[in-house]
Amino acid sequence: MSVKQISIFIENKKGSLAEVTEFIAKSNINLKALSIADTQDFGILRIITDNPDKARDILKSEGYTVTATSVLAVALTDSPGSMAAILGVLSKADVSVEYTYAFMSNVEGRAYMIFRVDNNDKASKALVDAGISVINQQNIF
Amino acid sequence: MGNYYQKELETMPVEKIRELQGELLVKQVKNVYENVAYYRNLMDKKGVKPEDIKSVDDLHKLPFLTKADLREAYPYGLMARPLSDCVRIQSTSGTTGKRVVAFYTQHDIDIWEDCCARAIMAVGGTKDDVCQVCYGYGLFTGGAGLNGGSHKVGCLTLPMSSGNTERQIQFMVDLQSTIICCTPSYAAYIGETLKEMGYTTDDISLKAGIFGAEAWTEEMRRDIEKSLGIKAYDIYGLTELAGPGVSFECEEQKGMHINEDHYIAEIIDPDTGEVLPEGSVGELVLTSVDKEAFPLLRYRTRDICVLSRKKCSCGRTFVKMTKPMGRSDDMLIIRGVNVFPSQIETVLLEQGYTPNYRIEVDRENNSDTLDVYVELSSENFSDTVKEIAEKEKQLAAAVKTMLGINPKMHLVPPKSITRSEGKAVRVVDKRKLY
Repeated sequence: MSVKQISIFIENKKGSLAEVTEFIAKSNINLKALSIADTQDFGILRIITDNPDKARDILKSEGYTVTATSVLAVALTDSPGSMAAILGVLSKADVSVEYTYAFMSNVEGRAYMIFRVDNNDKASKALVDAGISVINQQNIF
Repeated sequence: MGNYYQKELETMPVEKIRELQGELLVKQVKNVYENVAYYRNLMDKKGVKPEDIKSVDDLHKLPFLTKADLREAYPYGLMARPLSDCVRIQSTSGTTGKRVVAFYTQHDIDIWEDCCARAIMAVGGTKDDVCQVCYGYGLFTGGAGLNGGSHKVGCLTLPMSSGNTERQIQFMVDLQSTIICCTPSYAAYIGETLKEMGYTTDDISLKAGIFGAEAWTEEMRRDIEKSLGIKAYDIYGLTELAGPGVSFECEEQKGMHINEDHYIAEIIDPDTGEVLPEGSVGELVLTSVDKEAFPLLRYRTRDICVLSRKKCSCGRTFVKMTKPMGRSDDMLIIRGVNVFPSQIETVLLEQGYTPNYRIEVDRENNSDTLDVYVELSSENFSDTVKEIAEKEKQLAAAVKTMLGINPKMHLVPPKSITRSEGKAVRVVDKRKLY
């Protein structure tokens, strides 16, 4: 029950982000969420799209360094404490969080968070058992 | 006029030089043909017999030797004497597989040290001098050569090797060294450290320095002369031909005299191998006419320079070579270590990367820096910074094992290496050494 996130390796240089997002737009791919990890030399652009396979393939054929990662999309109520609750569950289940980022949904009062964890199955089970919704690809859009 | 170690030899008429070279060459070619199977095969393949070599004019008939030959013949394949006649080896910096091991009989050591003694006296050295030798001691020829030369001149020799700079300077001040021998980048570093320790050139008695083992510019010469209060002289050599002292600068400081009673110098076109006339720019080829254990004939140095027989005010008649102006191969010297870009390529392939890379060499605080940018393709791409940093660390360790020096590895996206027009530039040397 995971979502396919596409990561793109880009130069930490003026214009690289604009260049890749322009390319994604031109290819008619809709971005739902994104985050960037940056270092002095490079950035890792992580995107959630409506068509991750298409995104990966066209980016790769355009010469980009790309990879697909299975991440979890978790639904939370748009109120204080929801994120802490999720992290509490994961921690108790001994799941490591590599990174996370959030985005709003179309539904009022609801937000999503993307998690990359060290064990998707363990994490999914713990969250579902705690009554937290883990969303799959189609239901984000 | 000059201060000579062996005046008669250093100032002999040019015709006498050629005569002497011819006699020694004929003997050497016979010696090598009889005792070095590897070179005999090269001569046979080229259809040249020892009898075909009657003077220096016939030198061009002989086959070349290159570093690749040395690697193939490693370790004993080019020796002309049994091991029991040899008293020493010296070896170049560089990695396994690229290391050159040179062998010496006592006679070979003596003539090598004579050459270094000539260099020391050419800069004004006498037995009354205190000679501080800060080239590395050990396998490296720098320390061994200048140490021997200093002894032959009769200087008080300080066998400092390199490093421990505060101690170097303390001795320099306390024992009032008058001559210093080290690499030019180390000399620059000593100059800075001198200042940092609160000394000025008034506290030291250095008058001259003999610098080599790496490329250095006229600008660096002026800087060193200023910071140490000395006259800075060049010296040249390679382990394959003994070590430093193949040629040396005199008081004119305009080019180095090649010790022609021991070496015959030619300039060739690096692409065709054709011998070029005096004054042409080309690759320096050296022939040892009197070494016994490891005598190389027509060895391609890969150094580009110009030879000139213009009269020198020092009175020496040996031909002069310019400072090397570049190399005819892609070898770099980084922190004193010989580095070939192809070695980095090998590591990348071994580690499962596409060999799309760029090497940047620069100099910071008188120390060479090496940055290697490597393309990270989708196959090797991991989604976190941590994983990429870990890969960079692994690559750095692999490159260090291969080269012997620590690089800074940067995994980068393909677009920052390959540019659409033509060949990718593999090496960027920002040090401006030539």
